Amino acid sequence: MIVRGSESLLVQGITGKQGSFWTGKMQEYGTNVVGGVNPKKAGTECCGVPVYASAVDAMQAGTTFDVSILFIPPLGVLAAAQDAMAAGCKKLVCLTEHIPVRDVMFMMAEAKERGVQIVGPNTAGLVTPGECFVGFMPAFDPAIFKAGNIGVISRSGSLGTLMCLNIVQAGFGQSAFSGIGGDPIIGTTTRDALEALDADDRTEAVVMVGEIGGSMEEHAAEYAATMKKPVVAAFIAGGSSPPGKKMGHAGAIVMGDKGTYKSKKTALEAAGVEVLATPSAIGPALVNAKIPQC
Amino acid sequence: MNFEEFAAKPLLAKVGIPIPTGMLAHDSKQAASAGEALGAVIVKAQVPTGKRGKAGGIIVADSAAETQAAAEKILSMTIGGTAVEKVLIEQRAAISQEYYAAILNDADSKGPLLMFSDQGGMDIEEIAQSQPEKLRQLAIDVRSGVQLSEVKALVEPLVDASVVQPLADLLCKLYQAYADNDAELMEINPLALLDDNSLMALDCKFVLDDSAIKRQQELAKHGTPDKLTGRELAAQELDLKYIDLDGSIGLLANGAGLTMTTMDVITHYEGSPANFLEIGGEAYTKATEALKLMLDNEKIKSLVVNFCGAFARTDVMTEGVINAWQELQPEIPVFFSIHGTGSIEARAMLKDRLGMDSFTTMDEAIQAAIQAAGSAGGANS
Repeated sequence: MIVRGSESLLVQGITGKQGSFWTGKMQEYGTNVVGGVNPKKAGTECCGVPVYASAVDAMQAGTTFDVSILFIPPLGVLAAAQDAMAAGCKKLVCLTEHIPVRDVMFMMAEAKERGVQIVGPNTAGLVTPGECFVGFMPAFDPAIFKAGNIGVISRSGSLGTLMCLNIVQAGFGQSAFSGIGGDPIIGTTTRDALEALDADDRTEAVVMVGEIGGSMEEHAAEYAATMKKPVVAAFIAGGSSPPGKKMGHAGAIVMGDKGTYKSKKTALEAAGVEVLATPSAIGPALVNAKIPQC
Repeated sequence: MNFEEFAAKPLLAKVGIPIPTGMLAHDSKQAASAGEALGAVIVKAQVPTGKRGKAGGIIVADSAAETQAAAEKILSMTIGGTAVEKVLIEQRAAISQEYYAAILNDADSKGPLLMFSDQGGMDIEEIAQSQPEKLRQLAIDVRSGVQLSEVKALVEPLVDASVVQPLADLLCKLYQAYADNDAELMEINPLALLDDNSLMALDCKFVLDDSAIKRQQELAKHGTPDKLTGRELAAQELDLKYIDLDGSIGLLANGAGLTMTTMDVITHYEGSPANFLEIGGEAYTKATEALKLMLDNEKIKSLVVNFCGAFARTDVMTEGVINAWQELQPEIPVFFSIHGTGSIEARAMLKDRLGMDSFTTMDEAIQAAIQAAGSAGGANS
């Protein structure tokens, strides 16, 4: 998924410590924040924008928004997401980790019915370098993000950040960063993110950052083989992880033959995607693929 | 969180799914009296792992003496690394057919998935491989729940017509148990059709969604906690994600993806990681505690601190590490790679207080750490 500077953003949970800190960072960078939500502080202002009791209230007060971001604790996320969807929002960015999976499934069912795109849960967000970001990514660090032509997809925020750093160190830049989240059930899969980047005018090539667990990378590999644009390389984290253990992310677990590094590597290589031994190998891979530098 | 059979089955009974009459025994004396009371029984090891049967942890017995002997044998076993501490002794019933039934959280359909097979008692992955037509699946809308008519249509091709209705009823109850208990997996294998044409759950596997424990605290008391090392337990109390490994390179990183990758890259350069330790997410302020914990491991010969801050601010994490370093004054060499949110402040702090620089890339920091571990006599096994 991609977010661009023309889109307007509502921040649910804007008054919290993280909510207000990152809202300030997003605004400084150029993200168009139009309002926030906190039922207990409705009628006040935070970060220079009005605070509403709910997303539906914001909408009824005439504040329109394209995207909503949720800085909400795990057990409150389902209600907040339902509120945003009821307000007509079509794009939700869900940062929260450790939401009960049953609540996530309720969100996903409602989103499907309403045609809403959920990014996450457990994502670090979306960045369009030089334009805007939604989430808690260091978009403002020029060593990591620079406007360019590479679309980057990552299940992990920290590792996605490292990959973006390596891309910039190698003299390239990004058209979009799509953090999709480390949970076992997420709204936007690697494959969905590939589709969006394939259709994006600014993107000329794609870099994927995956991890062990689930079968998203295998599904993505099938699609990568059919794309107009090259998926130049992928890094899959967790090749050295012991089986049967959750490696930090709830979704990063190998069960039997499912979710293994080998299965993902085989599928990606069959689709013509180079699988990197270390994230720093991305520079040479992009040069070899003759992707124009910026 | 895994639940052993004896803790999972009551969840089925609660929604009206028949289970065998049984008793839990912790020693051979309890087993003998259970055998006395129950007659022809099956004695089953209670451990949080599958493949008990193959390991010899399931024995049939027809008298109190046999039951006692079976229990004694099983209670002396270690299965999947766990010493058996209790057995479940259940009355045996005459079985005419065994089915498989399970409901789980499915990533592909993003909702509950009901799976049914008439090839019960087997490993379900084997059925999926060898006889896919014998394993039928139904994606369920979590909002409306399971529909009886859909379940009937699911099982119809695989079972006798007389069984369709009672079986579909039972599977709807299984869905209830799955939904009420925030299950990641609720599985009955085997689900038996008895000689009198009634149905009974002969085994049950229940996995509670870890993210739901905070609203299922009563239930979670009956689960089996993961087997942890001393350091892993200490980390859990601090709410840190820590896993002990066998190697000599300690690593501290932020975020699950970056921490796994640090392990991978250490392995790629032929070093061996001593641990997985992540201080990302909300834990990024706990760098001091994290460092103390990992330095407690004598196997560590060198240390990599790899921060790439997104949400986690590297200045806050680095300050924590420096504080701990100055307090503990460890003698092992440490190598930093710091990038992302707060990195300018973090690098300045590192220079100022420890007189050290961050490496330009993670790879360089890791290679330096591996070399240092080698020269410290910590050759990687």
